[in-house]
This record gives sequence, C-alpha cells and structure tokens, in this order.
Amino acid sequence: MATVVIVGTGLGGYTVAREFRKLDRETPLLMVTADSGEFYSKPMLSNALASGKTPETLANAEAKQMADRLQADIRTQVTLQAIDPIAHSMAVSGERLTYGKLVLAVGADPVRLDLAGDAAHAMLSVNDLRDYARFREAVSARRRVAIMGAGLIGCEFANDLCGAGYSVDVIDPATWPLPRLLPPQAGESMQRALAGAGVHWHLGRAVDRVDKCNRGYRLQLSDGSNLETDVVLSAIGLRPRTDLARQAGLSTNRGVFVSRSLQSSAADVYALGDCAEVEGLVLPYVMPIMQAGRALAATLAGEETAVTYPAMPVVVKTPAWPTVVAPPPAGTDGQWEVRSESTAVRALFRDASGSLKGFALGGQAIAEKNALTRELPPLLG
Amino acid sequence: MKRYMCVICGFIYDEEKGLPEEGIAPGTKWEDLPPNWSCPDCGARKEDFEMVEVEA
Repeated sequence: MATVVIVGTGLGGYTVAREFRKLDRETPLLMVTADSGEFYSKPMLSNALASGKTPETLANAEAKQMADRLQADIRTQVTLQAIDPIAHSMAVSGERLTYGKLVLAVGADPVRLDLAGDAAHAMLSVNDLRDYARFREAVSARRRVAIMGAGLIGCEFANDLCGAGYSVDVIDPATWPLPRLLPPQAGESMQRALAGAGVHWHLGRAVDRVDKCNRGYRLQLSDGSNLETDVVLSAIGLRPRTDLARQAGLSTNRGVFVSRSLQSSAADVYALGDCAEVEGLVLPYVMPIMQAGRALAATLAGEETAVTYPAMPVVVKTPAWPTVVAPPPAGTDGQWEVRSESTAVRALFRDASGSLKGFALGGQAIAEKNALTRELPPLLG
Repeated sequence: MKRYMCVICGFIYDEEKGLPEEGIAPGTKWEDLPPNWSCPDCGARKEDFEMVEVEA
C-alpha cells in the first residue's frame, strides 16, 4: 500500500489524518511540516490573552504524541521544495520521498504590503503558532499595539489586546470594521462596542509609512496624521500558498484548484484548507476544513467522496460585541434589512423573492443563529 | 453541573443550560449528548472532541 503523505500539520492536515485513521489503520501515513508540528487551534490565538493561554499552553499535543495517536511518521522542521506528480515523488529538505497519494494542507501566507519607511520590515503578522509566539514576545513589557486591518483577525486581536490592558490603534481604509463580512450598520455597532472596549479607530485611512521612533514605531497615515506605537501587527488578509503546486504544473487560481472531491489537476494530489480553492471558494475557517477533512479521508480510504458545505456561519470572537455572520455568496443580488438597537443588531440579506441568503447578527441577536442558519441554502449542497 | 470547552474553537457547552435552540434540554449531561452531535460553532464531532472541562 503506497504511503499517504500529508504536507502541513495545521487544522487541515491533522483533521484529514485523524479522519483517515478512523477508516484505515493500515496504510502508511507520513506527515511533513515546516514547523514543529504541535496540534493547536488557530482560532484560539485570537483570544489567548483573555483565556490566560501562552504559546506553550496553546499547544494541545506535541508532534510525538500526534504521531503515536495517528500511527503516523511526522517529519518536523522540514521544507517541501518540489513535487513531481508524474513520478509521484517530492523533494523534502533535499531528500526524495515517494507517495501513493499526496495531500497539500500547506495553508496561506499573510498578505504583506511593501510600505515606505525604515521599519516596514518590522511589521509582524500572525497566521500560525510560531508567529503568535513571536507576537506575544514582541508585546510583552510593551504598552501600545497598532493593527493594520479591521477584518476578522484585526478585530479579534484588538479586543483581546484591549482586554489585557494594551492601548490599541486599528487602521483600515474601509469606513467600518469587517467591511467584507458586515453591512455598514452592523459594522458600526462593532466599531462602537470595540471603541467602548478601548480601541482607537483610524478608519477611512491607510498606512503609508512605518519608521523607527524611540523604542517603537511611527506610522504615517494617508491623511497625513501620525501615530506612535510599540508593535505593529499587519492583519490585512491571507494569500493561499500555491507556489509549489504551480511549479509542479498543477492548476491554481487564488488557491490550489481542486474538484469537489478535493482532487487537484494532477492524479493522486489533493488539497484542502486555507491553500485550496473548491469551485471558486477559498474558505479559511474551521467548519469548511472539518467538512473537507472528512470527505477527503473517505476518498483517500478508497471511497471517492465529494465535499459538501452546508451554510457555515462564521463566529467572530469579539467579546465586546459577539457576532456571527453568514455572508451572502458573492454575486447574490438582494439587499440587507437591518434592525439595530443598542444591545443587538439583526441584519438579514434577502434576494428578490424574499428568501434568506445571508445574515449578520451582533450582540444579543446571536441567539437567533441556529434558527436563521436552518433557513439558509447550503453553500455547496 | 459541568462546562466543557471545544479545544478547536473555544465554544463552551454548559450542562446546566443545554442547547435549547438545538433541542438539547438544560441539564443534559455531556455523556448524554447524541454521539453524532457536533460543536455548533466549528463542526468538530463529539467523538473526536477534545473537550476540556472548565470550572462552572
């Protein structure tokens, strides 16, 4: 039985490994990762301060324990350098390995802007546990953090940092937080609540320069204003890691292009999670990864299975204004009906025929999540 | 009554409250949740749940 090789030990990699081992305990399983392979949950990074977690205690299990649990060989701190889909082989830190089936669960890179200024390189970004450890080290014994990006990660980190006593500035060209997920009124309620938690907002402006200044940095914004801070966190989005797939001749678009059964354009090469694009969808969230992991495990175990995505609302972990949102699929026409009160925002997106296509709930309205979710059509039925 | 936290996404299941909107009555013990129950926020299944008991 040819080996199943999984590249990446994030939620995608470990979920497909765990689900596969439920179906097949014989086929050899090799996992390869550039980091040290701890099993941790990335969503938990966004409220680790509030939950009293450190980078060490965020790791639920070490690679060694996962290897035993999954009966897998896990190679840590190694780099996947090339894939040869014809020969079914790959170069890993200079060593040539062969695979029967290969799963790419390599995740995404934080988008980096190249800004002017002598400290633009000093901006931090967080998309895994190693990044987070570096971030926590940078903010320890400091007081001020500036976050570029008022999206999901930017808002969650801002809330967590404020709760831990940091002075937080958030800068975004959009004029309300979570612009891609929330309609304006729902975004403004989030803005008010986070301002109440201590966030200083700089919306409708971008960062133009980052320069060293005293022991910290000075950010110059597009309106000419300046702000000083101790640490700069860039949280402006993710770019799926597709280079290796492209170099191997696999078709890629925003992510590694895969079919409904998560198969890439090359036989026996699959992809899931933040690096994959399934029918135009790149969904860097936990629930889609769980769905894909289960479907791909069955396919790897010999029963080709298409992934299905029910409606999957995204929970925004901002305790100052808990929010759950199911964005209407891109290109859906219809409009938002919004009811906004001081303690709750209920925004429903209905199409021309009046059927529900998306929602955004804030504050106490999040209790309606399950009922409204049942009304939504599946994303990929 | 105990509270359990999903280690994947941080969702808390509180036995005292149950999940009425999912038809799970208050007071339902963790062991009595149906085996195919999954975390409402992230879909992690109960069987592979590494729910961590947190103090009430």
